[in-house]
Amino acid sequence: MNAAGREILAGNTRAAARLMRDLDDEIPAAIRTLKALYRHTGRAYILGVTGAPGAGKSTLVNRITTHLRKRGLSIGIVAIDPTSPFSGGAILGDRIRMQQHALDEGVFIKSLATRGHLGGLSRSTIDIVNVMDAMGKDVILIETVGVGQDEVEIVKVAHTNLVLVVPGLGDDIQAIKAGILEIADIFVINKSDRDGADKARREIETMVSMSNFKEGEWKPPVLSAVAATDKGTVELLEAVDRHHEYIYQEGNLFRYRREKARVELVEILKTRLIEKAVSDLDANGLLEPLLADMAKKRKDPYTISEKVVDHSFAFHLLNGRKPGSTKGKGRRR
Amino acid sequence: MATAKGKGAVVATPKRAARKIRILVGKPGLDGHDRGAKIIARALRDAGVEVIYTGLHQTPEMIVSAAAQEDVDGIGLSILSGAHNYLFPRIIQLLREKKMDDVVLFGGGIIPDDDIPKLVKKGVDRVFTPGTTIQEIVDYVNERIRPRQ
Repeated sequence: MNAAGREILAGNTRAAARLMRDLDDEIPAAIRTLKALYRHTGRAYILGVTGAPGAGKSTLVNRITTHLRKRGLSIGIVAIDPTSPFSGGAILGDRIRMQQHALDEGVFIKSLATRGHLGGLSRSTIDIVNVMDAMGKDVILIETVGVGQDEVEIVKVAHTNLVLVVPGLGDDIQAIKAGILEIADIFVINKSDRDGADKARREIETMVSMSNFKEGEWKPPVLSAVAATDKGTVELLEAVDRHHEYIYQEGNLFRYRREKARVELVEILKTRLIEKAVSDLDANGLLEPLLADMAKKRKDPYTISEKVVDHSFAFHLLNGRKPGSTKGKGRRR
Repeated sequence: MATAKGKGAVVATPKRAARKIRILVGKPGLDGHDRGAKIIARALRDAGVEVIYTGLHQTPEMIVSAAAQEDVDGIGLSILSGAHNYLFPRIIQLLREKKMDDVVLFGGGIIPDDDIPKLVKKGVDRVFTPGTTIQEIVDYVNERIRPRQ
């Protein structure tokens, strides 16, 4: 364990903040620290908050934080806002609604920009959650970027996913579509003092009732809230507590951890493999000629990719077996 | 301001991302005129900066705490209340206490010319006064503020 790692385990917020920035900026040395911290993770409870832009995610995160602090729990917040596709800049404004916690040493807030990553999180989100976990935060709240219908990455990262719905966002067909409405562990009809709240609630309830739940399986409750006035937050946290109990039942927690492990591994592999493939092609002087051939329509990207993939893997190095002994799993010759 | 060239941001080829400049923009003190701060935040966004916007009525302690958690390279403050001779030095003092001297502090607002040299002497890197163009501030940030190593 290096010095930065030890300081973070001891709760040094500045060291943690610097490591988080380094991870977000993809500084290679930061990964070394994270490797050492990784086995100290897995203790925090991770709560995802997602919903359309303006649904009240930041306001709700602020309220939840207040209530959890009263229980004496320490809190980490990861709040994600979009990066401009034109300038690469971003305005990260989620702190505005959380400033009452700015001086509370039990609350650590990190604002992140998506930096072109799709799925509702930033590429670095899992890394940063891991740092907060290693710091000893009891609960980590992840506020996704304002989502549409398909940004569902949060489902694999959080123990409990809150999906915020606000009244007046379209007809009932919206509620039967796939996507974010499928990932909720708890639905929150926020701004429920507005017209159309009852209708929105009925639509979501109908949608939930159309799904088949097995015996003992979690059925997402549909709750009403007005985050701006703190209405409904206590009931919401009671539902979170019930889901917490459910997740910690025998078997469920391991399943969750394995799924999260899968996402972590796949995400890191995705980045690393693409990077390595492209830079190796380039280093061997192959990239530009291949691109030129494609531009002239002499070669197609499917064949090139197949060849690159077939010649890249050496799984036998992972488990000591000979190449070719891995069956299935997309390896065809 | 925004040029729609789409250059650099939406990364098509997976290369190691360079560090981005991160700047906290906030309004300490009691005045509620945040238009200027918002325009600066927007202009810096268009210049490729990640701006952490903390909003109105911030105390120096809140600003420095947020700057530490967000690991920013610079802090830009808009002060129109006349309290600049307290707020700037207090923030500098807090930055020093937290060993965050490398964070560049700049600001602007209704600040009398006579006060500016005193503020600069105390450690404010630059003070902008009414009439400053947005481009001047963007140029200043690009030239003066580097992402930390």
